[in-house]
Amino acid sequence: MTAPLVAVRGLTVDFGGGTQDSRAVDAVSLEVAPGEALGIVGESGSGKSVTWLAALGLLPAKARVTGSVRLEGQELVGAPRGDLERVRGKRIAMIFQDPSSCLNPVHRIGRQLVEALALHRGLGGRAAEAEALRLLDQVGIADARRRLSDFPHLLSGGLNQRVMIAMALAGQPDLLVADEPTTALDATIQAQILALLAAIRRDTGMALVLISHDLGVVAENVDRVAVMYAGRLVEEAPGADLFGSARHPYTQGLLAALPALTGPRRRLTAIPGTVPEPGTMPAGCRFAPRCPVAETRCATVPPPSRTVGFLHVAACHRQVEAGLSVWSLPRAAE
Amino acid sequence: MLSFAISRLLRAGLTILFVMTFAFVVLRLSGDPALLIMSVDAPPEAIAAFRESWGLNQPIWDQYLAYIGHALTGDFGKSMRDGRPAIALVMERVPATLAITLPALALKIGLGIPAGIYAALHRNSMADRLTMAASVAGFTMPSFVLALLLVLVFAVQLGWLPASGSNGLSSAILPVLTLGTGGAAIMARFTRSAMLEVLGQPYIRAASAKGVTWRTVVTHHALPNAAIPTVTIVGFMVGSLVAGAVVVESVFSWPGIGRLLVSAVANRDLAVVQCILMVIAAWMVMANLAVDLAYGWLDPRVRGTAAAH
Repeated sequence: MTAPLVAVRGLTVDFGGGTQDSRAVDAVSLEVAPGEALGIVGESGSGKSVTWLAALGLLPAKARVTGSVRLEGQELVGAPRGDLERVRGKRIAMIFQDPSSCLNPVHRIGRQLVEALALHRGLGGRAAEAEALRLLDQVGIADARRRLSDFPHLLSGGLNQRVMIAMALAGQPDLLVADEPTTALDATIQAQILALLAAIRRDTGMALVLISHDLGVVAENVDRVAVMYAGRLVEEAPGADLFGSARHPYTQGLLAALPALTGPRRRLTAIPGTVPEPGTMPAGCRFAPRCPVAETRCATVPPPSRTVGFLHVAACHRQVEAGLSVWSLPRAAE
Repeated sequence: MLSFAISRLLRAGLTILFVMTFAFVVLRLSGDPALLIMSVDAPPEAIAAFRESWGLNQPIWDQYLAYIGHALTGDFGKSMRDGRPAIALVMERVPATLAITLPALALKIGLGIPAGIYAALHRNSMADRLTMAASVAGFTMPSFVLALLLVLVFAVQLGWLPASGSNGLSSAILPVLTLGTGGAAIMARFTRSAMLEVLGQPYIRAASAKGVTWRTVVTHHALPNAAIPTVTIVGFMVGSLVAGAVVVESVFSWPGIGRLLVSAVANRDLAVVQCILMVIAAWMVMANLAVDLAYGWLDPRVRGTAAAH
């Protein structure tokens, strides 16, 4: 196996008090190989965005980050601001959920693109403008020359996300972290943006971390999926495996909540209850209160991550068999 | 853009007309200048003659129309005290007022904006807390209290500066300080909250994620956006350049517009009061107009809508 591009080890993020209760991310470990596409799935508040904001040092000062994030051996957690600024955009670029509010409203698109080009490629003047045009062209923006002098509020959300992607490409990064890149967009635009990301990855060989709450969005676009719940990594598997053989009841619940395109019509299963609030985290497995197969120890002992198949890891006390969804079992407890 | 400018100008004219009408009506409701100027025991014929000569015996409608008609030709009436044109009396006081309000404005901006930015960038630090505490003090203390405190310290105790009057530079210092510190406190508060608001925006995080250095994020991404709400309060302060020093001028016996207004009101010198209010209104309206234009210059989103109107 090749050396990972990014290795996250035991990353923990505390907001405020620093007690177990205020943890947004709890001992998360992940790896991203060069050129690989990793999907991270979870509900809002599961810590999937915070993990990557923490890696790039983009969290507010009150967040306490421990653990390790290594980019080809270079430690990013606790790195000096100057070092992080050289990583951001240049090695690891990031795009966000709401593209229209991520572009500065008082600067023209062109100026914001050129700023990135000047920072990472040392381009200026005509060379920068030509490269900005090429980037806008690469992300499929028609009439690029006119767009350069437009302000962000004149562009649609989809166009703005394309601009954000162009800006992220300006530094020719090794990894693009796309944090819910299509959540604020229409379904058709969503498909276009995902196709664009796939095409760029194919052309540039850049690695991609695709963060989404939508298992469907992630599944089609990545090599490997990591599922997060309430700040912890609960399951990790190659994309294809996860759909056929999810082992964690939470992942199975997410899959059961997806409508099937083929086969007999069936009632969609919803996971009962809600994600625990920070401050009321269960002591053991954080999913235990909502889990249909929880045992006594699940409430008190955090489950360790266990290898359950080839490159397939799940953190669950119950060794649920592959292919058997806990959500289709008769409910004994009820 | 042209129709935008025209509608703004029309609105400005209407605002001034409204202020003039209001001043006219209220002054006539609030006492008879003839009785005040001539004293109550003057012979009735003299009072009648005074009313006759100032047109006060005319129906109020005629007086109003005559006033507006004259104002349109640039004639704002004469002072009932010394018969000089009211506008001349008012204009000769403007430089004295500006002599203290302009340096005070510079102090408000020069002290308040940097303090607000610093406080926002070092949120919850000791410096932030101190700045905000000072700001609350400056915010809440009435200007006459601050004025008297400054007089007590610098004029009475230390004897460094004169307590009142207008003899050169040294006597302007205390009025400027009084006006400036209170305003700087307000400015600092507004700038801080505008800056904090902007620093919490997604585009600031996105700029950092792009690799922009923090210094550039602040100067190129945060400040231009924070300037937009800050301009409102600066515009308000520019608007009060003419009329914002009434109390301070009175405390320091500074011969500006504020003192003229106080004495003209006390004397029921109708034309002078009306003229002062008109000048103040015109200045305020111009300041607001300038703010609107500044918005268009600073914020492309506003520019877009203005052009679309």
